[in-house]
Amino acid sequence: MLTFLASETAQNPLVPDTTELVVGLLCFFIVFGVLGKKLLPNIQKTLEERRDAIEGGLERAEKAQAEATRTLEEYKAQLAEARHEAARITEQAREQGAVIIAEMREEGQRQRDAIIAAGHAQIEADRRQVTVTLRQEVGRIATDLAGRVVGESLEDAARQSRVIDRFLDDLEAKADETQGAAT
Amino acid sequence: MSAHTLLAESGCHINAHCGFPAPGLNSFDFKPIFSIGGIDFTKPMLLAVICMLLVVGFFWAAFAKPKLVPGKLQLVGEIGYNFIARSIAREVIGKKGDKYVPFLTSIFFFVWIMNIMSIIPLAQFPATSRFAFPVALALLVWITYMFLTFKTHGFKGGVKNLVWLEGLPKPITPLIVLLEFIQNVITRPFTLAVRLWANMFAGHMLIVMFSVAAWYLLTPSIMAAIAGGSFVLAAGMTAFEVLIQFLQAYIFTLLASIYISGALEEGH
Repeated sequence: MLTFLASETAQNPLVPDTTELVVGLLCFFIVFGVLGKKLLPNIQKTLEERRDAIEGGLERAEKAQAEATRTLEEYKAQLAEARHEAARITEQAREQGAVIIAEMREEGQRQRDAIIAAGHAQIEADRRQVTVTLRQEVGRIATDLAGRVVGESLEDAARQSRVIDRFLDDLEAKADETQGAAT
Repeated sequence: MSAHTLLAESGCHINAHCGFPAPGLNSFDFKPIFSIGGIDFTKPMLLAVICMLLVVGFFWAAFAKPKLVPGKLQLVGEIGYNFIARSIAREVIGKKGDKYVPFLTSIFFFVWIMNIMSIIPLAQFPATSRFAFPVALALLVWITYMFLTFKTHGFKGGVKNLVWLEGLPKPITPLIVLLEFIQNVITRPFTLAVRLWANMFAGHMLIVMFSVAAWYLLTPSIMAAIAGGSFVLAAGMTAFEVLIQFLQAYIFTLLASIYISGALEEGH
């Protein structure tokens, strides 16, 4: 049996041919060497670069998007602030206006009061002056009248004055009497 | 030139009484193209060298100056590379598999192109149907498997990884240890080589069988119809072989990655 197998070695397909084995190994090592050392690392690098480029592009787009969003937010914020500011200024102006109006009104009131007071004072002064003038006038007229009636010129100032005073005192006393009787 | 082709070329037909030149192991033996110091250089070796040049040449053309926006050739190469890197290495081994992508890619394309030689005119012989070529590759896978097993787990852990199964009943432990050892250390590389070899061997045998039969039966008689049927079958088998060639290269690479994965993983 063994001799039979030995003689048939060339025909046994399960006995690997040594030269073929070596050639096969060499060929594979060359394939593996070139692919593993140079070509596949090459393409691996390129694939990674491509992924980076694509992801980088996406990243850049995202960044731009974020930038745009942020700018929009800022713009909106500024707009809101401007509106707020405008509203504040309007409000302030309105308040100031109200204050000014109130002040003006007060001033007007004050001036009116002052004018009225001045008027009153003037009236009082006038009244006094009128009273004095009137008293003198009434005295003169009365004296004049009395002089004509009595026929005696009462030109003597002292006497004249005395008579007038007495007359007026009488008038006042009478008035007091009537007043006291009335009360 | 093998015996049957000589017979076929000499015009041996069914009525010539020269007997059917049945293809056999002689279909896989070639006379040396040349010999150097008693070492014969045969057609399968030439095919292996040509396949090596084809694989290297293709990937050189595709990947030597890779561009960010790939050309057609680079795109085809990338599809091939991604097929191994994603569908096999990542899928089976995971993230750790990235390191073994060049090894697996080399195996896949070298084996595939050698298989394809089966149906390339003038070549018409799969180098992988010579046992030495699958053996060479299976040997490298086995060495890688063993190396990674002991490198990852140390000597004791490596041995345990190869032979030990957790939670076994004590009485059958020795048997299982023996079986595991045989399976992982002996059967795995052997079947890896034989599976590829036998598929390509049988495929080539079938194509040769139907081709020779078609020629042998081609006579001005009713046999011509059978010759036609035989020719159709040869053509059909050729088409079928295209699928088998890819599938066997894929399975070989897949199993290699499974072994590597087994060597790398924790526990057994």
